[in-house]
Amino acid sequence: MVFLMFVQGGQSLIYRIGKTDDELKLMLDSLGKKWELTFTTLVTFGGAFFASFPLFYSTSFSGAFWVWILILFSFVIQAVSFHFIHKKGNLLGKNTYKAFLFINGLMGPILIGAAVSTFFFGAEFTINRGNIADMGNPIISQWNTAWHGLEALWGSTLPGGFHLWNVVLGLAIFFLVRSLGALYFINNIRNEEIVSRARKHVLINSIAFLIFFLPYLIRLLLKDGWTGQPDGTIVVEEYKYLKTILANWWMIVILLVGVVGVLYGFILGSFYKKSRKGIWFAGVGTVMVVLVVLLTAGFNGSAYYPSLTDPNSSLTIANSSSSLFTLRTMSVVSLFIPFVVAYISYVWKKMDFHI
Amino acid sequence: MDIALIDWSRAQFALTAMYHWVFVPLTLGLGLLMCIYSTYYYKTGDEKWKSTTRFWQKIFGVNFAVGLATGLILEFEFGTNWSNYSYFVGDIFGAPLAIEGIVAFFIEATFFAVVFFGWDKVSKKFHLASTWIAVFGATLSAWWILVANAWMQYPVGMHFNPETARNEMVDFIAVAFSPVAVNKFLHTVLSSWVLGSAFVVGLSSWYLLRKKHVDFSIRSIKIAAIVGFAAILLTVLTGHYSGQKVATYQPMKLAAMEGLYNGSNKADLVGFGILKPDKLYDDGQDPFVFKIDVPIPGFLSFMSFNDFNSFVPGVQDIIDGYTLSDGTVHPSYKEKVLQGKAAQQALRDYRQALKANDEEAKETNMAVLDENMKYFGYGFFDSPKESIPPIALTFYTFHIMVLLGFYFIALFALVWYLNRKGTLGKVKWLLWLGVLSIPLAYVASQSGWIVAEVGRQPWSIQDVLPLSQSVSSIPVANVKTTFFIFLTLFTIFLIADIGIMINIIRKGPKAEAENNGY
Repeated sequence: MVFLMFVQGGQSLIYRIGKTDDELKLMLDSLGKKWELTFTTLVTFGGAFFASFPLFYSTSFSGAFWVWILILFSFVIQAVSFHFIHKKGNLLGKNTYKAFLFINGLMGPILIGAAVSTFFFGAEFTINRGNIADMGNPIISQWNTAWHGLEALWGSTLPGGFHLWNVVLGLAIFFLVRSLGALYFINNIRNEEIVSRARKHVLINSIAFLIFFLPYLIRLLLKDGWTGQPDGTIVVEEYKYLKTILANWWMIVILLVGVVGVLYGFILGSFYKKSRKGIWFAGVGTVMVVLVVLLTAGFNGSAYYPSLTDPNSSLTIANSSSSLFTLRTMSVVSLFIPFVVAYISYVWKKMDFHI
Repeated sequence: MDIALIDWSRAQFALTAMYHWVFVPLTLGLGLLMCIYSTYYYKTGDEKWKSTTRFWQKIFGVNFAVGLATGLILEFEFGTNWSNYSYFVGDIFGAPLAIEGIVAFFIEATFFAVVFFGWDKVSKKFHLASTWIAVFGATLSAWWILVANAWMQYPVGMHFNPETARNEMVDFIAVAFSPVAVNKFLHTVLSSWVLGSAFVVGLSSWYLLRKKHVDFSIRSIKIAAIVGFAAILLTVLTGHYSGQKVATYQPMKLAAMEGLYNGSNKADLVGFGILKPDKLYDDGQDPFVFKIDVPIPGFLSFMSFNDFNSFVPGVQDIIDGYTLSDGTVHPSYKEKVLQGKAAQQALRDYRQALKANDEEAKETNMAVLDENMKYFGYGFFDSPKESIPPIALTFYTFHIMVLLGFYFIALFALVWYLNRKGTLGKVKWLLWLGVLSIPLAYVASQSGWIVAEVGRQPWSIQDVLPLSQSVSSIPVANVKTTFFIFLTLFTIFLIADIGIMINIIRKGPKAEAENNGY
């Protein structure tokens, strides 16, 4: 998903790289053939969360209401803008749709990054399954602050809860996908002006990415985590995420290979004028790094959605996943994924979307 | 629970669903027609078929975008606004949504790109195949979302687990192929073909009235009238089967559809009528100001249970309890409430036993739950009134839908016949009627959904969970704000969508020479 947000990254660069109308059109044509894949992945991601972790779906979406609504809002205006921007009679005019695409490019990655960061830094909610049979208070998931998600932007409303780390990850993701977007343009568009500007933006944004991401990664490895106990209770544990990574050597390998891939992709994009392949290295590297980060959130008994108000309400894979039957059903359905990847590759090869 | 929160959450979901349903049936219907026009082009090589296909494809593309956007919101609104529902049944309800994404949406996203951008890039054969595959993907996605919807109307294939306090799936096939889902899918998709055909006939009629693009219009109508005619006949047939499922699984909805308060054997079907607005379910007054019955005695009984003499229960019977002609006994409202309360108490006791590690008490309460879980939701009610859906809205929309269904049979038959004879262009009144049929098709289609969803009230899951217990714990001000944000946004996009379509229609099919994608 983060890799596929190169589309959003590309959208956030439309004012910086697309100086003329023709250039803008080239960029949008190029992104226009890929955005639906990102969008579809987001929709599938929502469905998969609903099916596999219904308690996360119900708690986070209703609780961190405004974060998710703003993310949705930004994707809605994106979908329409790609289809309407070049059409006559589109009511709002080209510049508005262009601004919509930029807004999605800006808000989407930052807010999704901030939402992912709450997997480590927690949120203020409580869960009581028994509520369903309580006439007076039947709602299972309760959010404990009226900010309903906006508090994630600065941390939490609890004493000492101000830390901004969620936004740091949001910005890291934002600069990462901008770099990926620029690398994608280098790969996809045969226009020297655009490509040379894109190379500059790979360099600028990849440096910005590292400035935000490296401190975040270090903070993560040094911070406490919430761990599920065999009796179902949840306790806070020191250096939890570092311990998880150290206990699984293969995670270190994937993380390192991923980081090297991302950096190599950035270097190819910034300095090797003949190379158009940077997106592949940086893209695959991104997938690997994100995989390790997400696994760290839930592996080794960690609560992947810690509750700051009541640690025992925290969500772990064990206490919030679907029934075994549903998970098995979903696993069978997942067998379609390689088939999906195969037909997408086949069709794209046949269509040759290079511009 | 806060009534305002429930109503605003309802309003927001209805708003999103109804906007979504402006664009989706049009794309499903136009999609099929695009496939057929494209197939004619492939077979004949006639460029006129190509420009016909490309014109409708343009209209399709504009609407596809807003359908996607509104669909995204719908999917996440379950979580944002209906969190209790999402948890209570997410183990079952989430699966079709995820499957829809994996098996259907990627097909659409990938192959529509070929349909839009591939005209001069890939072979005619591959382009045609992609068109069919993409439309198949869209239809397949309808299958999964309707499986999810059908499950709310007729929950099957699950077992309640008191430990997790949620319903869990135990039989995927029962969920994915429930008889309600099969009928709902057929009825919904076929009616979308009707809407798509009505759109093509209507717009082509407009061109014929203006004496513009005559060959294109006749060509378009030639296919659309046949597809529309076949689809409306099948829509009526599947509607009948859907009605039978409602009679079996949601008798209260059927009673509301018919304004039937006191049931009987040999029940008559209301053709049309006006309901008394101040009628209460137990005041004994005649519910109708006036009504015209279909002049076949016992027709409602026949339509519901294939037997002119069978008993059809009304609202009062459902509250008092009744026995169907086949001997099935349906408990009264009071008995259902008792069962619901017993189930809820057993759940509370089970959770106590869980804490105390009391295996015996767990087992006892599990047995009580299994026996009474079917009516779990009734335990939340205080008065029989709460178990009755809004009758007037359900009644009127049902009858409008049915009457329009018969109107469309006549319309498509006549348009098809005259178009074949070559005299359609001269019959002005019919062409005007054709134009008018675009909004009428929308009225019928939206009415159908209102019958299905308003008639389902007060339940989010029939008999198991009322809407009042399904909502999220969020301030009503949040829901009001997002309601107006989405209302504004969707309305702007609808106006833009229509503006773009008017532009495409003004230009007409002949301007479709260049390949510029959507």
